[in-house]
Amino acid sequence: MANTPVYNWPPMNTRKVIGKPLKRLDGPVKAAGRAQYASDKKFPGMLIASYLSSPHAHARVTSIDTGEAERTAGVRAVHVIAGPGKEIQWQGTEIAAVAADTEDIARDAVRKIKVEYEVLPHLANDADLSAAGSRGKAAGEVVQGDPDKAIQEAEVVSDGAYGIPIAAHCCLEPHGCVVTWKGDQIEAWPSTQFVTGWAGTLAPNLKVPAANIHVLQDYIGGGFGSKFAPGAWAEVAAILSQKSGGRPVKVFLERNMELEIAGHRPSAYGNIKIAGKKDGTITAWQSSTWGSGGFPGAGSPPLPYVYSNIPNQRRNHVSVSTNIAGSQAWRAPNNQQASFLTCSALEDFAAKAGLDPMEVFHKNAGYTPRAELYRFQLDKAQELSDWKKSWKPRGSQTGSVRRGLGMGVNAWGGGGHACTARLTINPDGSVLLEMGTQDLGTGTRTVMVQVAAETLGLQPGQIKLVIGDNHLPPGGSSGGSTTVGGVSSATRKAGVNALNKLFETVAPAWNAQPEDLEAVDGQVRVKGTPAKNMTWAAACKKIAPGGKIQETGSNEQRNPMGLNTAGVGGVQVADVTVDTETGLVRVNRFVAVQDCGLIINPRLAESQCFGGIVMGISTALYEERITDEATGHMLNADLEFYKLAGIRDVGEIIVHLDIREENDKRGVIGLGEPPAIAICAAVGNAVANAIGVRVPHIPMTPMHVLDALEGRKA
Amino acid sequence: MSSKKDPQSLDKRSAGVSRRGFLGGVGLGAAGTGLLERPADAAPAAVAVSGPGPVAITLTINGKPVNLKVEPRVTLLDAMRNHMDPPLTGAKRVCDRGTCGACTVLLNGKSVYACTILAIDAQGKRIETIESLPVNNPISVAFVNNDAQQCGYCTPGFVMATKAFLAGNPAPSMEQVTHGLGGNLCRCGTYMGVRKAVLEAARSMKGAKQNG
Repeated sequence: MANTPVYNWPPMNTRKVIGKPLKRLDGPVKAAGRAQYASDKKFPGMLIASYLSSPHAHARVTSIDTGEAERTAGVRAVHVIAGPGKEIQWQGTEIAAVAADTEDIARDAVRKIKVEYEVLPHLANDADLSAAGSRGKAAGEVVQGDPDKAIQEAEVVSDGAYGIPIAAHCCLEPHGCVVTWKGDQIEAWPSTQFVTGWAGTLAPNLKVPAANIHVLQDYIGGGFGSKFAPGAWAEVAAILSQKSGGRPVKVFLERNMELEIAGHRPSAYGNIKIAGKKDGTITAWQSSTWGSGGFPGAGSPPLPYVYSNIPNQRRNHVSVSTNIAGSQAWRAPNNQQASFLTCSALEDFAAKAGLDPMEVFHKNAGYTPRAELYRFQLDKAQELSDWKKSWKPRGSQTGSVRRGLGMGVNAWGGGGHACTARLTINPDGSVLLEMGTQDLGTGTRTVMVQVAAETLGLQPGQIKLVIGDNHLPPGGSSGGSTTVGGVSSATRKAGVNALNKLFETVAPAWNAQPEDLEAVDGQVRVKGTPAKNMTWAAACKKIAPGGKIQETGSNEQRNPMGLNTAGVGGVQVADVTVDTETGLVRVNRFVAVQDCGLIINPRLAESQCFGGIVMGISTALYEERITDEATGHMLNADLEFYKLAGIRDVGEIIVHLDIREENDKRGVIGLGEPPAIAICAAVGNAVANAIGVRVPHIPMTPMHVLDALEGRKA
Repeated sequence: MSSKKDPQSLDKRSAGVSRRGFLGGVGLGAAGTGLLERPADAAPAAVAVSGPGPVAITLTINGKPVNLKVEPRVTLLDAMRNHMDPPLTGAKRVCDRGTCGACTVLLNGKSVYACTILAIDAQGKRIETIESLPVNNPISVAFVNNDAQQCGYCTPGFVMATKAFLAGNPAPSMEQVTHGLGGNLCRCGTYMGVRKAVLEAARSMKGAKQNG
């Protein structure tokens, strides 16, 4: 009787909903300004909180007086976060918070708090390793083969210095939440990438059972890796709520604090030597790199990136702790840095050998874990970027305005995270799909509904979806490109399980076995006997009145059952114009060839690629956290001077998603990170190709470009 | 400059509040005016002084009068988001310094950053927010059709900026679109879709005009 569930995807050519470019389901409500984000919430009696933050990069609080703030009319609660004796390790550290009837009252009260500090010496410079002293922690030298011999015997040796600075996530919706703590119950509306896990992280800090924390989120205004944990602001909001007698408290960082402390991508700097033959064959890699993700230091970028099997290697890496707030995960942690360092050095090696870098990347593809894939993609990128016609050898141009082409490669996992979907079929035929997940704007809602509709033979409009509530079956955190694989697989399983129950209910009507039935085009019918059919509604009426079918399905990371997998590569080419008199760099065109698995919605998948590339172009051209060495202050903690690329700045973008049956068979693979990785590499290489010299440091600002042209050290 | 008022709108205000009066009222006096106004302009005018406490104001938002009591320093953006009940939250606070366009609304038909306008200065003007548009208005529909949004936080600002832009440029070129929408920033990277959406909205709105 019982079916053995089969959870595979329907064959590519039979799909009715999966693979179709549906418009995103939450598009209309967002585009009409009706979508309610946590930062839009306003509850009766809600207070707004404001922070006092440390002006010092390294200091000890010696005294704090909140008396006048507490006596200010309209102030309902004051909470000291860093009391006397507390050592501050970065500018922007939260010292105290005030909740008041209005934001202006809270801000006024914050200004009345008197704090005295013992100022301590700080380190804010991460670009100069010699300044780090004991703040640098060496990872230990790694040697493979005989790099010294290989370099000595090489026909061509290139040697270059490269740097990619700290860049801020700069989510448009700042970090924060609205929290109401009444008695032993907490209701929270955070801006989070992890609805299901949020309460569990916060609970121990408040000594409230996680079960008593109800977390809700409909929409999130950007996260990019920086909004997994509740953050200190959640705890502060809860405490202020409790102190004010259980009133809702809204805490959202103002833009300066958002840029200063809410998340950034660690920097990476390095000197890299590549040795090889005149024909472009690489024989050795030697890198001495360092980087900082602020006070906690930084992880080590995986070098050499993608070309990991270069036979002779020597690698050293130092993690530098600076007096800057700690980094957060950023779209493909460590990979952007690794791609930039590696591809820049590869391009410089090609230039030194007098070769086309496309040939050098191609020739050495055997050092990558997937040579065939990268060769295919290099050819495709070459074709789409018109490389053969447009590429000119480095330094061969003479005019003041010069065009250049450059490339970069990427690699990422993207397997599905663990999560559980619950699917309910009601006697009236309505279908409810639920999961405690979140849609970051990646299209999670849309792909879940597409999978459920496909599985049940229904139209997307017949599926009601509820997400964004931690009382629902557990979702995973939306990070690492793991969401689409997880939610699609879990939804597929829940759908198959529920459908099998419906088949068991309906089959006796035809004296058939449940496994003989199928659900297609709004009908339940006997396979191969089209006359034996009934509408979806008629089939569901056979569910006992007052009853319903409710089944769950879970994705397991260790056993995705072929529904999802991990591991994609990509090749990208930037086409830029550089004005050598002003130093201005313009991206004309950007080509991205992206490996992928089963694509549930090609429109949204393409948008993911566009998004990663635009963010990448923005960091390649403009973005850099500028920290004053003398004071440790972030000097550009606003959107005027922390520049994001605008609609004019990103050129044409061409995305080639490699949708093919052989890729489709791999199952679903996430695409949040892979297309975001290689942009700094490609743009930096294109600039070097155009102007004939390496601009060592991202971003490709006029200052950096002119410095390189004039031979000045940055 | 929002401090340049036409006499008519000044007369309409019961409280007679102006930025100049407000500045005098909060005692910025000589120090403040030196930065903000020419001395001749800063001479006390015959207007009532308001603030620093909350003052009663009336805004005309989406065709309806909205009575609020806000401090003169409250921006139009914060007045709508924090002081109205229920609030109007389509305009978002992102940079709060007139850079990103997420708070774009129309003031007498012109797009402005609501974070750079004081609520008291917006009195007597026609304020249109995204809530005045039906959900299926041609601009929002074009944004949906072209997937011109991801997280969606910047989108209402883009939609309102597009409305004002197309009013002045009903048949724009792509070059004009990228210039006209240059005052709005997106972090998710939806510009490819936005470019196409604005062109599609231009086509569909012209079509609507011709049909109607």
